[in-house]
Amino acid sequence: MNDRAVTFIGLALVGIVGVAFLILTPRFAELDVVLELTVYVIMAILALSLALVWGYGGILCFGQSAFFGLGAYTYAIAMFNIGESTGPLLLAIALPAAFAALLGYFMFYGRISDVYLGVITLTVTLILFNSVNSTAGPEFHIGVARLGGFNGIPGIPPLNIPGNKAAPVDLEGMFYLATASLLATYFGLRLLLASRFGRVIVGIRENERRAELLGYDPRAYKLATFTIGGALAGFAGCLFANWGAFVSPTIFGLAQSAQIIIWVIVGGRGTLIGPIVGCIGIQWLTTALGANQPSGTGWLTNLLANAPFILGMILVAFVLLVPKGLVPTLAELGHWLLRLRARREAPGLKPKQAKEV
Amino acid sequence: MNVDFVVLLAIQVLYAIASLALISVGLAVIFGMMRVINLAHGEFLMLGGYAAIVATSHGVSIWVAMLVVAPLVVGIIGVIVERTIIRFLYGRMIDTMLATWGLSLFLVGLTTAIFGNTTVGISAPLGSFEIGAYRISGYTFFVILVAVVVLAGIYLVMRGTRLGLLARGTMQNANMAAALGVNPPRVYAITFGVGAALSGLAGAVLAPVSGVFPTIGVAYVAKSFITVIGGGAAILSGTVSASALFGTINQIATFATTPVFGEVALLAAAIVLIRLLPQGITGRFFRRGL
Repeated sequence: MNDRAVTFIGLALVGIVGVAFLILTPRFAELDVVLELTVYVIMAILALSLALVWGYGGILCFGQSAFFGLGAYTYAIAMFNIGESTGPLLLAIALPAAFAALLGYFMFYGRISDVYLGVITLTVTLILFNSVNSTAGPEFHIGVARLGGFNGIPGIPPLNIPGNKAAPVDLEGMFYLATASLLATYFGLRLLLASRFGRVIVGIRENERRAELLGYDPRAYKLATFTIGGALAGFAGCLFANWGAFVSPTIFGLAQSAQIIIWVIVGGRGTLIGPIVGCIGIQWLTTALGANQPSGTGWLTNLLANAPFILGMILVAFVLLVPKGLVPTLAELGHWLLRLRARREAPGLKPKQAKEV
Repeated sequence: MNVDFVVLLAIQVLYAIASLALISVGLAVIFGMMRVINLAHGEFLMLGGYAAIVATSHGVSIWVAMLVVAPLVVGIIGVIVERTIIRFLYGRMIDTMLATWGLSLFLVGLTTAIFGNTTVGISAPLGSFEIGAYRISGYTFFVILVAVVVLAGIYLVMRGTRLGLLARGTMQNANMAAALGVNPPRVYAITFGVGAALSGLAGAVLAPVSGVFPTIGVAYVAKSFITVIGGGAAILSGTVSASALFGTINQIATFATTPVFGEVALLAAAIVLIRLLPQGITGRFFRRGL
């Protein structure tokens, strides 16, 4: 089996599983499960945005949640002011993208190194968190939408079918929309990464100086990658605001940023399916550990229900023991097993012939 | 604007600078000497606060609790962290960042489970006195004093003692130091422990001002990071100059508007500074400083 065949089978598998998930889940699962799955899927889009920016672009962004939150807030505020969802949806993508472009211009054209990039993006997230958190008073409003500060914005109107205010998307529709968006994002990114642009950004990740000497401008490519990532995160934020009909400043918070990083680390940098798996797996795990437990139980259950505790342990363990992440490690294991088998068959030694070039 | 107000403002600015220097200096030691970015720094400060509070509630004098118990406890925790996590990751800067971030979440979770998600406080010792129409806490001066003593102490240790010499030598060239009979892993462990102890001290000294709760580290970590990075490679002159700059901006913006906006002004100023001077202040000025 050559590499191209493996790639093709992988893509087909993702497509089949994805479409099956999309069609079958609402038919067989209860509504609350569907609701739960919807948020997993929305977060998976967010995970993909960082998978692109960090895993392929090599840009260590600790503040992906800034764009996510900005998307959610933009949608909420625009929705209260406009009332028809097409404009707010587009704004929720455009504004985070513009913000990412501005920030990226600042960072990449300033030639700020990797580590400082992490710190700056983290700082920006904290600035947003602090500022939005302190806007609780009635004097803070944009149009008719009050910002609400630490109370958040409740009762955000849902998306509607473009152009028709009277036809809002219901809960099941939201699931279809989110899952279809995830699939579209996945295949769109695969396409992007297979294109010239995708190859160049991976080249820059591997060796920036060399790419530059070959005539590519790493700053421009990084800026483009970062902007696309911002747009995707904003889109996920818009869906998230829809899902709960509520946003609060905690989506700018450090815990949220950390989570996104953890999904990508656990799943594996440099893959797209990995972060999706990591995102859904970790969310499922934290829900399973935290949910359904009577209050006042022993300290051990309290500790296990404590999301930061678990997430922290997972992060440390993966950095130390599985630094490449699950999917690449499993893939390596698979390759190794295949090779082992090939070697066992080898003893029927035939003379090797040099390949003709 | 009268004289009293100017004096008050000056003291407040000085206090802002001192507290910024205090919370950053532990990180500066760890980052400046070992090139390890410790994202669990805020949690070290938080642990220092808890150590002091738990010790005082067990009848230890508040001064002993703040100045001895807290640095000791957090220093020991620092050594344990270095031995179990950090030492596997030297030279892998991004992985250290991620692992310490994990550690930070872990510690937040652990303290929440133990102490609960509430703010505990100790009342500040030393009363207050008046400057004209204004009233100012004596504790403000204590914080400034501690900052000065800590910075002077680091200078003396680094310049004057054998330990400081070994530490500086190991950081400059670990292989050469090892060839001359120094044990680099031990120096690393001690340096990390000292950095953690300084963080513990800062957390304890600031605990009466801010109270302590499990997620307080978040409030500290960004500020101390931008101070250290804004300061650049030189530990002391970097920390002092960056604290002076950011502390002044923070305090004046706070006076002019609200504390939250003061914070935002500080962070925004830091981003502009890093854009202008990617190597930090000491990358351009005071290069020969320590």
